[in-house]
Amino acid sequence: MNDIVREARLRLLRMHYESGVGHIGGNLSCLDVLLTLHHRVLRDEDRFVLSKGHAAGALYVTLWSRGLLTDDDLKQFHKEGTKLAGHPPVTGVPGVLFATGSLGHGLGLAAGLALGKRLTGESGRVYCVMSDGEWNEGSTWEALTFAAHQQLDRLTFIVDLNGLQGFGTTAEVADLGELREKLHSFRVQLLEIDGHDPAAIEAALRTESDRPIAIVARTIKGAGVSFMEHKMEWHYLPLTAAQYEQALAEIAGR
Amino acid sequence: MRTILSNTLVAYASRPDFVFLTGDLGFMALEPVRTAAGARFINAGVAEQNMVTVAAGLARSGLRPWVYSIAPFLYARPFEQIRNDVCLHALPVFLVGNGGGYAYGVMGATHHALEDYGALCALPNLTAYVPAFAEDVGAAIARMTAAATPAYLRLGRDEKPKELVLPPYAPWRRLLAGGGPVLVIVGPLAGGILAPLLSWPEASRPSVWVLSELPVHAATLPEELLGDLQRSGHLFVVEEHVVQGGAGQMLAHALLTRGKAPARFTHRAALGYPSGRYGSQRYHRRESGLDPESIAAALRAGAA
Repeated sequence: MNDIVREARLRLLRMHYESGVGHIGGNLSCLDVLLTLHHRVLRDEDRFVLSKGHAAGALYVTLWSRGLLTDDDLKQFHKEGTKLAGHPPVTGVPGVLFATGSLGHGLGLAAGLALGKRLTGESGRVYCVMSDGEWNEGSTWEALTFAAHQQLDRLTFIVDLNGLQGFGTTAEVADLGELREKLHSFRVQLLEIDGHDPAAIEAALRTESDRPIAIVARTIKGAGVSFMEHKMEWHYLPLTAAQYEQALAEIAGR
Repeated sequence: MRTILSNTLVAYASRPDFVFLTGDLGFMALEPVRTAAGARFINAGVAEQNMVTVAAGLARSGLRPWVYSIAPFLYARPFEQIRNDVCLHALPVFLVGNGGGYAYGVMGATHHALEDYGALCALPNLTAYVPAFAEDVGAAIARMTAAATPAYLRLGRDEKPKELVLPPYAPWRRLLAGGGPVLVIVGPLAGGILAPLLSWPEASRPSVWVLSELPVHAATLPEELLGDLQRSGHLFVVEEHVVQGGAGQMLAHALLTRGKAPARFTHRAALGYPSGRYGSQRYHRRESGLDPESIAAALRAGAA
């Protein structure tokens, strides 16, 4: 997985650089999880929802890495007339079941899909990747309450816990303390991992339980690029040419 | 109408794609649905946003979820969920709002739904169904399920005059022929307004139409309606909904689009709370001039 992650990081940076688009930090923080999920875990009968839709770039690069999007597709990211919008679109991208981007929807959508599997008797799991900032949203807590109450045992949700949100750290904006403690008080199976360790990610994603599984993935916003790591501004900023060259050198050299 | 809904959905409960969600409401009404649907009857709790989102997930799984609450709680709180999760994807999620307009009367403003279908009809792919009579509910449900697209069903109280012989359900129905203005009524208001008009001389009474599906599409306006309008030159729309986004605006737009605008246009709509006081549905209708006496008086006065 390490080579796959490195190649995807380089492609992600190139895509964002060529398109002049930000949101790089939060894409890099969840890229390892998305890659591991799509390369090592997801089967045809499984479903995936990207609740943190602002990580669309990471998802597109992941789909490219799996051969489901082409290099030409990625070159159109964020361009006029593209199918690859800044957030996952309604149609046209393989595996994207829902347009996301407004936070607080993904966990409920995944819960609906997991309940649907139970009611229809279909096999497979439902995976949802969330941000930590979207635990500000009341609807996320509604969805957690529902999933736990219904004991949706086909549901796995992963929280990309990078500690930074739109205009501050999660502690500064609406401090929840330790999210894992809050999750623990609901009836979910709680796992905590290093979100940049593919082996740990895969083991967590392969876990099964008689209840919903919550994976708290401790991550680094801007992971792999020294000047981006743990920096809120990389939620927004596009790369300059010099920054792009430095980022490439750092990732290629690792 | 809620009882008819319950009885109708009991008959649908054996379908393999049936699933029903309620936002913790339906006591003394939905118990038969709960019994018939078993595990497919889900009380989603007092969490309308999540209920709608979960319904979208269920619909993506091949199911056709029914989502129930009282009307005001169903369209406003989860509006973004209806827009993003349901309507953008044209999923077959059937929203059922009980108590449209001022139906919850003295319960107060938070329990009224005065801008529900206007707000929802702004969304893509959604059709709002506003049955006027209890007999319409089954047919409206059949059309919702056949269309298999996002739908909102606004329920009220049946007010059908006993002597009225109701034509079969359709989006547009002429209930009474007359030589006066063309009176278009949305929803259960029609029954009470129609009752006194039945005894008026045909030459002076209005031509009464009931409109049950929204938005209004210019291309599918009934030719008989256009004929009535051409003859009378006066359109009079009555609805228990605010002016903005209401059926009156939709119909005016459709007629202008068709080049069939009448010379006169009268619109009676919900005015909100002019006195700041609360009462029964009848009380609020009267304050807005929507009650049968006010409409009859307006017609006698030439609908000034």
